[in-house]
Amino acid sequence: MFEIAEASKKSPLVLRVNGSQHHVSVEPRRTLADTLRDECGLTGTHLGCEHGVCGACTVLLDGEPVRSCLMFAVQAVGADIRTVEGMAGEDGSLHPLQEAFRTHHGLQCGFCTPGFLMLSEAVLTARADIDDAELREALSSNLCRCTGYQTIIEAVRAVRDGECSA
Amino acid sequence: MGAGDSLTDLAAGSPTAGAAEGVRPPSAAGIAGIGSSALRLEDPPLLRGEGSFLADVNFPGQLHMRVVRSEFASGALLDVDVSEALAAEGVAAVWTGSDTEDLPFIDFRQVGYDELRPHLQPPLARGRVRYAGDPIAVVVAEDPYLAEDAAELVRVNVEPQDAVVDARSPDAAAPLTLSAEYGDVETAMSEAHRIVELSARVGRHSGVPLETRGLLAVPVPETGNLELHGIAKVPHYNCSKIAEMLDLPAGSVVGREGHVGGGFGVRGELYPEDVLVAFAALRLGRPVKWVEDRWEHFIAANHSRDQCYEVRAAVDETGVVLALEAELWHDQGAYVRTHGATVPSLSVALLPGPYLIPSYRGRGHIRLTNKTPAGTYRAPGRFESTFVRERLLDAVGSEMGLDHAEVRRRNLIPSERMPFDRGTQTLGTHVVYDSGDYRRLLERLLDHIEYEALKEELALRRSEGEMVGLGLGMFVEKSGLGPFDDVRITRSDDGSVEVFTGAASVGQGMETVIAQICAEVLGVDYQNVNVRHGQTDLIGRGMGAFASRVTVMTGVAVYLAAKRLASAGDTAEFTFTSDHMTYPYGAHAVVVRIDAGTGGVSILRYVVAYDVGRAVNPMLIEGQIVGGSAQGIGGALLEEFRYDSDGGPLVTSFMDYLMPTASEQPPVEVLISEDAPSPLNPLGLKGAGEGGTNACGAAIAAAVDDAIGQPGAVRSLPIRPETVLSLLDGGRADAASPFS
Repeated sequence: MFEIAEASKKSPLVLRVNGSQHHVSVEPRRTLADTLRDECGLTGTHLGCEHGVCGACTVLLDGEPVRSCLMFAVQAVGADIRTVEGMAGEDGSLHPLQEAFRTHHGLQCGFCTPGFLMLSEAVLTARADIDDAELREALSSNLCRCTGYQTIIEAVRAVRDGECSA
Repeated sequence: MGAGDSLTDLAAGSPTAGAAEGVRPPSAAGIAGIGSSALRLEDPPLLRGEGSFLADVNFPGQLHMRVVRSEFASGALLDVDVSEALAAEGVAAVWTGSDTEDLPFIDFRQVGYDELRPHLQPPLARGRVRYAGDPIAVVVAEDPYLAEDAAELVRVNVEPQDAVVDARSPDAAAPLTLSAEYGDVETAMSEAHRIVELSARVGRHSGVPLETRGLLAVPVPETGNLELHGIAKVPHYNCSKIAEMLDLPAGSVVGREGHVGGGFGVRGELYPEDVLVAFAALRLGRPVKWVEDRWEHFIAANHSRDQCYEVRAAVDETGVVLALEAELWHDQGAYVRTHGATVPSLSVALLPGPYLIPSYRGRGHIRLTNKTPAGTYRAPGRFESTFVRERLLDAVGSEMGLDHAEVRRRNLIPSERMPFDRGTQTLGTHVVYDSGDYRRLLERLLDHIEYEALKEELALRRSEGEMVGLGLGMFVEKSGLGPFDDVRITRSDDGSVEVFTGAASVGQGMETVIAQICAEVLGVDYQNVNVRHGQTDLIGRGMGAFASRVTVMTGVAVYLAAKRLASAGDTAEFTFTSDHMTYPYGAHAVVVRIDAGTGGVSILRYVVAYDVGRAVNPMLIEGQIVGGSAQGIGGALLEEFRYDSDGGPLVTSFMDYLMPTASEQPPVEVLISEDAPSPLNPLGLKGAGEGGTNACGAAIAAAVDDAIGQPGAVRSLPIRPETVLSLLDGGRADAASPFS
């Protein structure tokens, strides 16, 4: 089983997550999502399908939303990684998107929520004036099984329109 | 939101229900009591990424379990060779069916019948595999990656046999037929002005929560207990059952419910894997964790729906249905699991719905096939039976030349007949509709959509070549299943309040709702009410969260316990018991547009009117209804677990199981009404969890019929684009055949 032995040999690497350096030791095959969760202790990034569809594992890599289940940790070396744990202010205040998800009831079970927050953050950063149809299209990147999406869309719209500030 | 004298104004949160004894006026601002769209107490940690879902919980020294599953739907299990897997890196143990023969089969939790007992599932297959996904062995290793590596080294020798994939095949085991009957069906049929018949089918769907299943069993040397993290839905039941199965002292298996990423009926039942995790932790004396992957979830967690029907109605000359006769075939899959006969029982008992239908005979055949075993999924047995019943009402309307709203008006149970004995039984209760003004709700919905004007507008658009149509669906839901709920409330000197309950959270917002009810009585801020649930050592017994029961059963128990506390002392307990369910009711209206080129169905407008008796938190009720509608719409248009003729699953990923995204799901207009508080509890409460899902299939099918101008054309769900195209091509009989 040469392949498994090789693939399961750990090597040290450094990930920069939410501005902090994380020194971890992982196998080449370990995904970024598993590394964030199990090595960095950042369990806010969730795994809903591990095949790149549901988007619960969405994190920002140099500002771009990516499926952290479809990347190996080693591929993220040198990148600026942002996860849901980095959204709130240093004083603990909620990010405007987090606040808006709460006031618009944009979550129920909360499992998909970190992925939607990171996706929304990337979308609004890239296109602060995104129109409603484009926003709906962009948010269809991720799956939610509880809300029926309407309140998620309303929450992101509210932030876009400056109706929610932290 | 529409206007209406008893509609709840979401902005102001001012319910105007009044009939039920004990209903109190809206609470003062700041307390966020009953009727307030209070923000959820659950949200802050979930928003910060500080949730505690099962996969987030870890213990030192924990091991990881991986399940080896059958690739064949049916076959003799000749040999399982684990030697190579046992020798692999990091492997602590590998067990097969022969190692676990002392473990009992997994019992019914509800609606059990002796006839179904031979079809219970063992934790690991013994001698035979019965569906693709059947657990054959488990590997326990130091790391989940290594466990998965080793699982691939388990050599399984199966001699494949022919699979049964059609519940109506003579080869499908037929252990039990459920029956319900009242009135004189024969006489009504023989004297009918007209007999209207149809056959219909609902495909195989499931709840598919975003969090997959999982469990972490932790032996605690200090106490001798086994603690289960990841337990959900019915923590007390699951813990006591696992203790019984593993021959442990009662109370020594302790549930530690964390955050739960969606329930919908499927998550939290006792599955083979749960027993195996506990078994492994006990045998190895170390914490053992299992987190299902999505592929496993699709082939191993409960499926649902998958029923086909043949129904006939005796109709008089005015379009009134005098009798209904129905036969349904329920595809249970390979084993009968914890739900026993729950789903077909609900189908048979509730099929007559909101209509008088003075005579009825229903028969539900439970059939075993070589598919993933089935259980409940939001509005179990009702999504299906509502689809069929409403298709039938539409057919009666069409054959009698009656408008589809008018045919319903003529058949609805009048409010003066409440409470109404349906004449059937399910879940150990007599079905007695406790209260309701069905006609009023229908009129409210029709007023809201400006029914006549909308029909004219759509007719005009159709005449101009656009394929648009309108559909309606009505239903009675059920909620608040007993038989009991215990609650203990304690108040501290600092004014904070703790509520201990055996109910569970599956993400629905129960902490907030329970806190609101408590705050209402005690006059405290709901944010100071801490609701403790799913910890089985904190309260002696508990029923959990299913059947839209928590707001009703736990809510009323909290209400009455809080009243006790308000009158004296720092601690109060109450046990609320109920022998009957409460019956909320609703109506859906939908406008669809068909793309003539692709056959795709787009939803232009969706409206749900739902009477919940009394709305504790209108915002959360609206959330339940809109979220529920997304699942119903998925089942009506997109979602289906399909199999090849050998029983091979064709749906094993989100590329195959198409759940609605933000692009497919329309905005949903919700009309919450409080016309009919339940007389069965002092708050008038009924549950709100399933009404958004119930009539989606029915209403959308009717709208597609209307859009393509072919009454009764749609008889099968989901409505696939290719079916619509075929209908448009005139290939009606073949395309719409429910049994093709």
